[in-house]
Amino acid sequence: MKRYVYINDDESSHELYCDNRISNRKYTVLNFLPKNLWEQFSRFMNQYFLLIACLQLWSLITPVNPASTWGPLIFIFAVSASKEAWDDYNRYLSDKKANEKLVWVVRQGIRKHIQAQDIHVGNIVWLRENDEVPCDLVLIGTSDPQGLCYVETSALDGETDLKTRLIPTACMGIDFELLHKIKGVIECPNPDKDIRRFDANLRLFPPFIDNDVCPLTIKNTILQSCYLRNTEWACGVAIYTGNETKLGMSRGIPEPKLTAMDAMIDKLTGAIFVFQIVVVMVLGIAGNVWKDTEARKQWYVLYPLEGPWYELLVIPLRFELLCSIMIPISIKVSLDLVKSLYAKFIDWDSEMIDYETGIPSHATNTAISEDLGQVEYIMTDKTGTLTENRMIFRRCCISGVFYGNESGDALKDTRLLSAVAGCSTDVVQFLTVMAICNTVIPIKSKTGAILYKAQSQDEDALVNAAAQLHMVYVNKNANTLEIRFNSSVIKYEVLETLEFTSDRKRMSVVVKDCQNGKIVLLSKGADEAILPYAYDGQQTRTFIEAVEQYAQLGLRTLCLAWRELTEDEYQEWSLMFKEASSTLIDREWRIAEVCTRLEHDFEVLGVTAIEDRLQDGVPETIETLRKAGINFWMLTGDKQNTAIQIALSCNFISPEPKGQLLLIDGKTEDEVCRSLERVLLTMRITSSEPKDVAFAVDGWALEIALKHYRKAFTELAILSRTAICCRVTPSQKAQLVELLKSCDYRTLAIGDGGNDVRMIQQADIGVGISGREGLQAARAADYSIGKFRFLKRLILVHGRYSYNRTAFLSQYSFYKSLVICFIQIFFSFISGVSGTSLFNSVSLMAYNVFYTSVPVLASVLDKDLSEGTVMQHPQILFYCQAGRLLNPSTFAGWFGRSLFHAIVVFVITIHAYAYEKSEMEELSMVALSGCIWLQAFVVALETNSFTIVQHLAIWGNLVAFYVINWIFSAIPASGMYTIMFRLCRQPSYWITMFLIVAAGMGPVLALKYFRYTYRPSKINTLQQAERMGGPILTLGNIEPQQRSIEKEVSPLSISQPKSRSPTPVYEPLLSDSPNSSRRSLGSRSSSSYSRNCKDN
Amino acid sequence: MDANGATTSSADGGGSNSKASSKKNSRKPKYSRFTQQELPACKPVLTPGLVIATFTIIGVVFIPLGLVSLSASEHVVEIVDRYDDSCVPPNYSNDKLKFIQNADTNKSCIRILPVPKLMKKPVYIYYQLDNYYQNHRRYVKSRSDKQLRSKSAANDISDCTPEDKTKDGPIVPCGLVAWSLFNDTYGFSLDSKMIQVNKHNIAWKSDKDHKFGDDVYPKNFQTGGLIGGAKLNSSLPLSEQEDLMVWMRTAALPTFRKLYGKIDEDLPANKKIQVEIQNNYNTYSFGGKKKLVLSTTSWIGGKNDFLGIAYIIVGGLCLFLAVFFILLYVIKPRPLGDPSYLSWNRTPSGGQPN
Repeated sequence: MKRYVYINDDESSHELYCDNRISNRKYTVLNFLPKNLWEQFSRFMNQYFLLIACLQLWSLITPVNPASTWGPLIFIFAVSASKEAWDDYNRYLSDKKANEKLVWVVRQGIRKHIQAQDIHVGNIVWLRENDEVPCDLVLIGTSDPQGLCYVETSALDGETDLKTRLIPTACMGIDFELLHKIKGVIECPNPDKDIRRFDANLRLFPPFIDNDVCPLTIKNTILQSCYLRNTEWACGVAIYTGNETKLGMSRGIPEPKLTAMDAMIDKLTGAIFVFQIVVVMVLGIAGNVWKDTEARKQWYVLYPLEGPWYELLVIPLRFELLCSIMIPISIKVSLDLVKSLYAKFIDWDSEMIDYETGIPSHATNTAISEDLGQVEYIMTDKTGTLTENRMIFRRCCISGVFYGNESGDALKDTRLLSAVAGCSTDVVQFLTVMAICNTVIPIKSKTGAILYKAQSQDEDALVNAAAQLHMVYVNKNANTLEIRFNSSVIKYEVLETLEFTSDRKRMSVVVKDCQNGKIVLLSKGADEAILPYAYDGQQTRTFIEAVEQYAQLGLRTLCLAWRELTEDEYQEWSLMFKEASSTLIDREWRIAEVCTRLEHDFEVLGVTAIEDRLQDGVPETIETLRKAGINFWMLTGDKQNTAIQIALSCNFISPEPKGQLLLIDGKTEDEVCRSLERVLLTMRITSSEPKDVAFAVDGWALEIALKHYRKAFTELAILSRTAICCRVTPSQKAQLVELLKSCDYRTLAIGDGGNDVRMIQQADIGVGISGREGLQAARAADYSIGKFRFLKRLILVHGRYSYNRTAFLSQYSFYKSLVICFIQIFFSFISGVSGTSLFNSVSLMAYNVFYTSVPVLASVLDKDLSEGTVMQHPQILFYCQAGRLLNPSTFAGWFGRSLFHAIVVFVITIHAYAYEKSEMEELSMVALSGCIWLQAFVVALETNSFTIVQHLAIWGNLVAFYVINWIFSAIPASGMYTIMFRLCRQPSYWITMFLIVAAGMGPVLALKYFRYTYRPSKINTLQQAERMGGPILTLGNIEPQQRSIEKEVSPLSISQPKSRSPTPVYEPLLSDSPNSSRRSLGSRSSSSYSRNCKDN
Repeated sequence: MDANGATTSSADGGGSNSKASSKKNSRKPKYSRFTQQELPACKPVLTPGLVIATFTIIGVVFIPLGLVSLSASEHVVEIVDRYDDSCVPPNYSNDKLKFIQNADTNKSCIRILPVPKLMKKPVYIYYQLDNYYQNHRRYVKSRSDKQLRSKSAANDISDCTPEDKTKDGPIVPCGLVAWSLFNDTYGFSLDSKMIQVNKHNIAWKSDKDHKFGDDVYPKNFQTGGLIGGAKLNSSLPLSEQEDLMVWMRTAALPTFRKLYGKIDEDLPANKKIQVEIQNNYNTYSFGGKKKLVLSTTSWIGGKNDFLGIAYIIVGGLCLFLAVFFILLYVIKPRPLGDPSYLSWNRTPSGGQPN
């Protein structure tokens, strides 16, 4: 479980741990072929094709040249193998670059320049400014006298702010030269992928200081792939190397996602396979019967009287090979090709570029575009996804006085400004907490302006606001920080930082005022994490009011508090804190426990309110997508009031008369159960009414509901089109996605932060917003977009087109294979059921791989409706969602069409080319040309919009067919020498072709016209409206409803407690009236929720 | 996938910022109508006018074309005479197989064919076999095109089983197709005057020039235990054996005609042609029919009414459809793209359609 790293020990540990060679490769040169083939053959389709190809090697049963299957098979395998090989080669190159990078490493006490791959665990690695860290290191020295260094971790977690890293106390003050000779042991856990935890200990050997155990945290490490910034040099001990680094461990191959469409295609393939087996058995039996009754009499066939034992199998197997083309080998290649083009269209789309940052949208997963068109549920994060995550300090409440309520901007509130000018103690204390209770690093730029590097947007907003109120956080030097207030400089020494965790929901710093030596604890945090801990006797009522008032405006609130500490109290606590920080087991929990011993009896100073603006176009996007029949769930870690306010302001839920919000809450199982049943009952009643009913649930109730009342909650999830889940953890988000997925819904998860990653990976489609919280979500996602509003285009335009195109392409692929296969089957009835192939090998191969595959690829440009029409009528997405364009019944239509066309081609061919014209090669070419002509017209009829590319593909392919066959006909060695020239000179050939086209397409056209005009689908109606230039503009009455997070709009109907609805089961929208059942405290006081503040 | 250029706050100074911004620009996709899926497109609508016009035009074009084809086919004069049954002497009529398999019986047979109409030269002589599966898999593959083409490939007989070789060596031409060569012969006379049958150029020129070699001579042909059909003159190269070439162009249908020869003179109407048939070929074992066909030709080929009738039927159906759609249009007019057919416009609540 543990590893002991001996610092600077050149002998040991070489064998124990791997070296620093990074390898992301899947293959090596030697195992590439077997491994790749093995992977490819683990798919059913490929096994099928391999079996067919192997059977074809048996010349007794093969109807055609084996090349007709082996050729495409090898081609397909070569294409995907070379794609893999190319990717792997690129990975190899980048690995090689990283591995051969030169780094400074201490060897035998001397600093040497060696390749990064030769670093061993225990080596001391030296880095200079802007160097990339080659492996996971524990810092032991930096150029900074206080032992600080700054790293950029964006490659690791996507966060772009600088993080400070600190050398362990034991190494503090070791001389630069001595660092080469340092010896010691680091006791650390085995490699894992948690980049936020590192619970280890360091013990230096004499002569280096004492033998004390020094605790190490993640703060003492610099991890692989980070960059050293703003620090001249740093050195550290390699603890994890190669693929065992935190980065290496967290690299995983995500499971490939399968779209609903792929699943449907697989199902249809299975059905065709069964059909094929039936056909083979029927024909096989018929063939054997015919052979025994008729063929024995046909002396010229010369059947031997006694056949080999496998004789009965020969004819069925021949038919199996003959029918093997029913499952088109080209479909996989075609689909892969068009899918990557869909993804490219997303990448290229100039309307989905975020012009603020210049980031285009990107499809990381190229295989699931069709699923976008079939989304039924969207699970969205709030902060940074719906909102901009650009925090602006708006209001505050200091000692019961509300600032900023009139103007909406506290910074402009004259009362506050005058209070600041008047050095009112409350206000100064408040501003001090705003300015220094944080982990912000001020950086002085060359111009003298101060830039703040903050890890949290809230802290950034607070520090900037404080600066504007003349409390400027000027400098941080190791443990001393300077603030300037009204031109006087105040210095504080930071004694401890009690970091923010999502469990504690607050952070504190312990600082010592350098002027008077007073030690103070400054805290800020969520209301429920601060207000209950106010000292006895403090009136928190105004703060509670302030919090609620702000929350109803959709503002994020933080409570600020402080407490003076006595020297003794601090010292005593400090020892406990040190001990807790050096434990190896449950360190986080122990620290949290120790922190609570200090964080009590606060003097609450006030409440800040920070605005997080909605992104542009969010309400419109949500409205449009909801019209498209997509259900929205909001999963946020924020508190309920804020979440509901945001939900209201972005059309997520409708205000009272139109909509209704039901609340599920409770602290115990019983309460949750009752509340759940009540909501469920209401849902069932209202489901028939045209009313937007939504429910809101918090994390605590959700956990109980998911654990004990999963069935009821699932039913609720199905009934409700909208839900708001607040205070949920990342894993609960993922659980909710999983729940909806298990109900067979297509889910899309969209988020921007690290806490959304699990949900994004869990969902059928994960969309990441490349926002301010870093790129972590965008990296884990299948699609990354710059702004939430692009989701509309992603789904309605790209998703819908992809679905439509693939639906056509896949069904057409089966259709064309079935046509040729049916002709072969019909032919077998006039060739003694002996399994003769009418078509020659070259034609069969070219038919499948070229003639019918190329024109249909042009359908990637097909648009049934213009983008504008779709945007105006998002309801049309229903056709995709419900899978109306690809399902067994549409497939049956194509199946019927293939049967009809095969009959047309076959009957016309054998009658037009009867008697003296019935020469085999000619007849087969007539039938083949008939198929090609029909294909051209089928594709043309099914194309909705002809661009030049489609014309080229369809008619060019027809021309290409003749050119290619003329070329074949000019080669004396080929079986079809002169055939095509002869045919093209015969008037009867052309007459036959026209007849086939007219007889084949006439009924199809008539039927299509009839349905198009007299039984039109919504798509048809819109097509007609769009193209007739008619009343299209008056069609959809979607007025863009201009709604934004305005103070005037949002408090409507929510701020006052609602009077109870007539029926008792109706839960009023967000009732604020104290409800006795939900006031009983849960057993765990740490997880108290906002409402419980009232109890204090 | 790099993080540096992506986010707003960049850690280090201006240098890397400008690098990042230039990177941004290069990452921005270039605008083109193709990448934006905005290629100019023509979007046809199936308007009643268009569809009705299409069907009308097809009907109007197809019916005359059908009539022309039909009349061309009607102008072809064709005499078909089935002789397999009649050419068996009455004493063998119960055991035709024995008759045909017996080498000593007299196989010759006289048939009188009346000429219904004047047959302009050239008159083509075909033999027609019914229920004969030249397209049987075992049969159609049993040949060696390489062997036929060149002398050096005489041993290329792997596909020819079971007629691949005798004890004297490989058979040339090998395989079931060649082995079962048709061997009935016909002699024609009009008013007891012999009619010359031209057997030159009955095979395809391409076969003569490229498929059958002029240095390949028959070898060990029909010398094995089983005698199939005709023997070949082993002093003539394969490129001169036109009957073989015709025979080896296998037919795709179980009923087929093959060219026997041409008569280069007009056959006057109401005359009787006397044909002397050497009835050698065994079709009795499988109940196949043998027919002798004399036919003139037209631009569309031999006598075949199918195309003409099919054209008239298809054209007629198209006209019918056109009329039907016109009536439908008049009786039940339906404006295209009427928004009232969008169900979500009727239910303004915005619920799911249907």
